[in-house]
Amino acid sequence: MSLPVNEKYIGETHLRLELPLDNDVVQAPVATSSLTMNDRAVLLGSWLSGLALAWIVNERLMPWSGAIAFLLSWFVLGLLVLTLTSALTTSKVSVVDRVMASVVYAGALIVGAALVSVVLYIFIKGSHGLPHFNMWFDDMKGVGPRDPLDKGGVMHAVVGTLIEIAIAVCITIPLGIGTAVYMTEIGGKFAVVVRTVVEAMTALPSIVAGLFIYTVLLIELGFHRNGFAASLALSVMMLPIIARAADVVLRVVPSGLREASLALGSSRWKTVWHVVLPTARPGLATAVILGVARGIGETSPVLLTSGAATFLVTNPTGGVMNSLPLFIFSTVRSGEPLYVDRAFAAASILLILVLVLFVSARLLARPPRTRARRTPFRSKESV
Amino acid sequence: MTTVLRAEAPPVGAEPDRRAPGRPTGVDRIFAEVSRGIGGLVLLIVGGIGLFLAIQAFPTLKHYGFSFLTETQWEPEQDKVGIGSVLVGTVSVALTALVIAFPLALLTALFINEYAPAKLRPTLTSAVDLMAAVPSILYGLWGFFLLEPQASKVALWLHQHLGWIPIFKVDSDPHAAVWDQSRYIGSAFIAGIVVAMMVLPMACAVMREVFSQTPQGEREAALALGATKWGMIRSVVLPFGRGGIIGGTMLGFGRAMGETIAVLLIVSPAFDLKPRVLEIGTNTISALIAGRFGEASPSQLKALLTAGFVLFLITLVINTLAAVVVSRSRSGSGTDI
Repeated sequence: MSLPVNEKYIGETHLRLELPLDNDVVQAPVATSSLTMNDRAVLLGSWLSGLALAWIVNERLMPWSGAIAFLLSWFVLGLLVLTLTSALTTSKVSVVDRVMASVVYAGALIVGAALVSVVLYIFIKGSHGLPHFNMWFDDMKGVGPRDPLDKGGVMHAVVGTLIEIAIAVCITIPLGIGTAVYMTEIGGKFAVVVRTVVEAMTALPSIVAGLFIYTVLLIELGFHRNGFAASLALSVMMLPIIARAADVVLRVVPSGLREASLALGSSRWKTVWHVVLPTARPGLATAVILGVARGIGETSPVLLTSGAATFLVTNPTGGVMNSLPLFIFSTVRSGEPLYVDRAFAAASILLILVLVLFVSARLLARPPRTRARRTPFRSKESV
Repeated sequence: MTTVLRAEAPPVGAEPDRRAPGRPTGVDRIFAEVSRGIGGLVLLIVGGIGLFLAIQAFPTLKHYGFSFLTETQWEPEQDKVGIGSVLVGTVSVALTALVIAFPLALLTALFINEYAPAKLRPTLTSAVDLMAAVPSILYGLWGFFLLEPQASKVALWLHQHLGWIPIFKVDSDPHAAVWDQSRYIGSAFIAGIVVAMMVLPMACAVMREVFSQTPQGEREAALALGATKWGMIRSVVLPFGRGGIIGGTMLGFGRAMGETIAVLLIVSPAFDLKPRVLEIGTNTISALIAGRFGEASPSQLKALLTAGFVLFLITLVINTLAAVVVSRSRSGSGTDI
């Protein structure tokens, strides 16, 4: 797997070094023609008539019903009307241009609507359970399936998730970043082997990572299910992801900085500690946080290794533990309506956790402006 | 999730070997040895897992031979174990996911890069990245409670109107007065839609990244020659980004193959070898592992590990091919340092 130095795909994490262009003035995109009044009117009119036609087709002519059928017929009919009205006034090339623009907008709209519907749906369904104070600060000890929502809660799952992910982070960060430092700063033939294997193992499906820990730790070595085993399973899954992401971040640190430091007489270790790592800090933080966000929501490794406690467990080696994804999965599977409400409350809390991690990753990736001037290396969001 | 780091000085020409000559001494030597040790440890852990899986898989593969890949039943009591049907199920779920995710990812990438106002681009990019960060169990909940009732109606419609295509066949009467909804749920189709939600942001991120590298000069050349916006996209952006489109889609395919929990929540397990994606009942390798590990005896566990190993190998091959495609393409190599 040889990607160019400046470009790497790490799971969903994609980091890239962007070179400054030699002449920004030439490269700045030139504004192309905007829509004329006529174009706007045609667009608006076509989609409105498409809407009206869709209503006639759905409500009066055809036996279909439902939101999906309505939206789909609106899209098809609107496109049809747009094609016809454009064809009256403009050339074929221009008609294709307008139709494709509408298709692109519609595609993006579908994706946006899907994302919004997922987030909103989780929070709306979670709103049954979330307002109850006990949902946040109680566990499920002695709570039956028919007990109302003001009894019991998901604190044991939240605490379990936090403990498991904390242990996993303690294992993966030193190993992951250490490996990345080795691969970029020391190098050599052995480093190539390490890099190849680490990249290959990012393809390991999370369920197989869980099965590995289950087989080795629980079956062959005879340990009981506990939170520590779950942390190990998460670590196995996260280690290649974090190592690879950190590798990419360290690789884009300009060699000039290293050489300047070495030329000033500092040792390699000092160069790494005082120059390379601080320069890459925002990128490293992003890599780690995104890895953690991935690990926190992963259900399958935990499902195989941690067991599911109904009470608060704070000792990771003290027996079965629970975590948010596992709690959601097992309560939904039970099918009891009140349990499903609890699952959605837990899902909302999990989503809040992931959102907090995501936003902090974004903020860390964007260092304050005062620092950007001092370091010759600034990271920003891509455009 | 995209982070772009911008360096100030563009190096010219091929990168020379800029490593400091000489062996490290003193503190550096300790540093070199310690970091080599960490690298070796990680290699041992990570490589050990691959090796462990291979070693565990070997006796099973030897025992069942090639029939492990073709046998459709999973009945360890009768010594009939094979991943034929789950392999077909895995591929059909992943392919359904791709058929849905590919056009949407492409359109979204084009929208963010070409059509959306420049001010909105970072926000939209973040939104797509956020979509990748949403845990799969949440997509599973969404698919199970909100999507399934709606999607089963779509499945019925497809069956009624396109039922003559073998993959859209369902074993029930499509024109019955009261339709049998239970035949249309828990299918590869519905699981595929949910997996598409997870695949889409990944594929979209790769495509968008590649599209954004399209040389500005070529875009303007196309526009100056009188191309419309779509004409410019078709003749410049899409050919330039072909590697990214293919590579991103393949990466998504690799992810779709390994998805477990959302699939487990939605499908009703069945061991029939069938490509009928709309009908209830299918299974995937990862859902099989998650469903069967608890009651497995040591030999069954080996069989499950073998199934996991096969899944890992398939994902590995797909990911490697994707990486090669992306790096070989013009967009992947054009901005090399």
